[in-house]
Amino acid sequence: MAKLILSLEGSMIREVALDKERIMIGRKPSNEIQIENLAVSGEHACIVTILNDSFLEDMGSTNGTLVNGNPIKKHILQNNDVIEIGKYKLKYVAEAPAAGHGNEDFEKTMILRAPSKAAAAAPKPANEPAPPPKPSTPPPTPRSVPPPAKPAEPAPASASVPAPAPAAVAPAKPADAQPLAAVQILSGPSAGKELDLVKNLTTLGKPGLQVAVITRRPQGYFITHVEGAKFPIINGKMIDAQAQPLQDHDVIELAGVKMEFFVKQ
Amino acid sequence: MNDLSNVIEITTATHPGMVRSHNEDSISADAATGLAVLADGMGGYNAGEVASGIAVAMISAELKKALAAANGELDAAAVERLVGEHAVRANNAIFQAAQNQAQYAGMGTTLVVALWHDNSLVVGHIGDSRLYRFRDNKLEQVTRDHSLLQEQIDSGLITKAQARHSQNKNLVTRAVGIDPEVETEVHSYPVQAGDIYLLCSDGLNDMVTDEDMELTLASLQANLPLAAAQLVQQANDNGGRDNVSVILARVLKSFPARSGLVDRLKSWFR
Repeated sequence: MAKLILSLEGSMIREVALDKERIMIGRKPSNEIQIENLAVSGEHACIVTILNDSFLEDMGSTNGTLVNGNPIKKHILQNNDVIEIGKYKLKYVAEAPAAGHGNEDFEKTMILRAPSKAAAAAPKPANEPAPPPKPSTPPPTPRSVPPPAKPAEPAPASASVPAPAPAAVAPAKPADAQPLAAVQILSGPSAGKELDLVKNLTTLGKPGLQVAVITRRPQGYFITHVEGAKFPIINGKMIDAQAQPLQDHDVIELAGVKMEFFVKQ
Repeated sequence: MNDLSNVIEITTATHPGMVRSHNEDSISADAATGLAVLADGMGGYNAGEVASGIAVAMISAELKKALAAANGELDAAAVERLVGEHAVRANNAIFQAAQNQAQYAGMGTTLVVALWHDNSLVVGHIGDSRLYRFRDNKLEQVTRDHSLLQEQIDSGLITKAQARHSQNKNLVTRAVGIDPEVETEVHSYPVQAGDIYLLCSDGLNDMVTDEDMELTLASLQANLPLAAAQLVQQANDNGGRDNVSVILARVLKSFPARSGLVDRLKSWFR
């Protein structure tokens, strides 16, 4: 269960578990998290929690809501985010992954099903200014995949409700770890020109005649033939259809033009 | 039936990824029929493979038969109906298998079907496997996931940018074989010569951004098999947390369903 740790000027006041779908923060006593301070609006912000995700929304407060120092209207909370309301800080701590839980089920596709076609109100904040969801779409309710035909048989392990997942994994850019490299044209009309390999893929050559691509990968830079009857020549040797790793100062010959690959520091 | 093998160039790639021990995705593509099917199975043990395998095998075989029997005499609405109908049949087969055999209990699969017919593309999908269109060097997502995340985006709860950080990525709201009934979302789209279509399982679009997919297709469009391999490689380089499957299909020229004698002669000389 995710929780918030409320503190003022470095001293912790209390912990609040995000055990309700909707938790209001504000000055009025009706709020789940009441902060009696004049800088805090009556209904200042709210947190809506759906499965593993918690969404923070500012309810149009006078003095605003900050997350990690930036003002927000709406924000999807990440582990260790610090929410600031007035002088108060609320640290968001996502639930710890269950110990001993195999990594195998992590991120496996699972089905969510509405309990019935005619379902209740969608889990979204009131005062929601955005357009409502498609009317025919009932809100999904977490639920295990259908009961087995014979109740005696336990359902497969992965047929359980979503397991607590570790911090969300956004597609990483491991290629950034690569030092920047470039090719310098050695012959032809553009001799001397330099081309930084800043993208994951850089194509070289003349479309329709001969094209090769240099890919930037965590393991390094590679050159691969893309089109044309002739294959690129590296250090005087023609490569085959396979990707070929590039070394510092390799000379590439492509569509009659020589160029040098080198690593920039 | 029109043979589209000179009209559509199709290439496929599938990989278990860097984390999973086995591949629960199933794919099938047939340029002559103008049909591509991709399914991403779920369920314990090997049930995921079984579900996606049933869906892909049934739909590709039965659709092919139905199209051959119709002999090209189908309008767009009829083709759309066919796609929906065969998805429902696959649903029934998987649901029955799951009910009757304990080891398959709870299995299901996502599905995306692409059928090129009479200068248009009929797309049917269930779940979060996607179809994209690459046209004029722009990549555009054609299908809309049946997933919790998509519903949250639709309702304005979160933005697409925030969605990349969501922990609820893997929750689909619709799947084949889970319930006795399923609704297939089917639409048709006009096709232009030069279009490239990308069908993929979420193992690709969860690991590789749309921008990187677009860059890959723009750079490598001259060599489709390399583009497909490159997409899979990028997903794996970025962590490869899931099975990743890719079908790329390029439309080389227009393909009207029926043509009169004059048209046929014209196309002969073209």
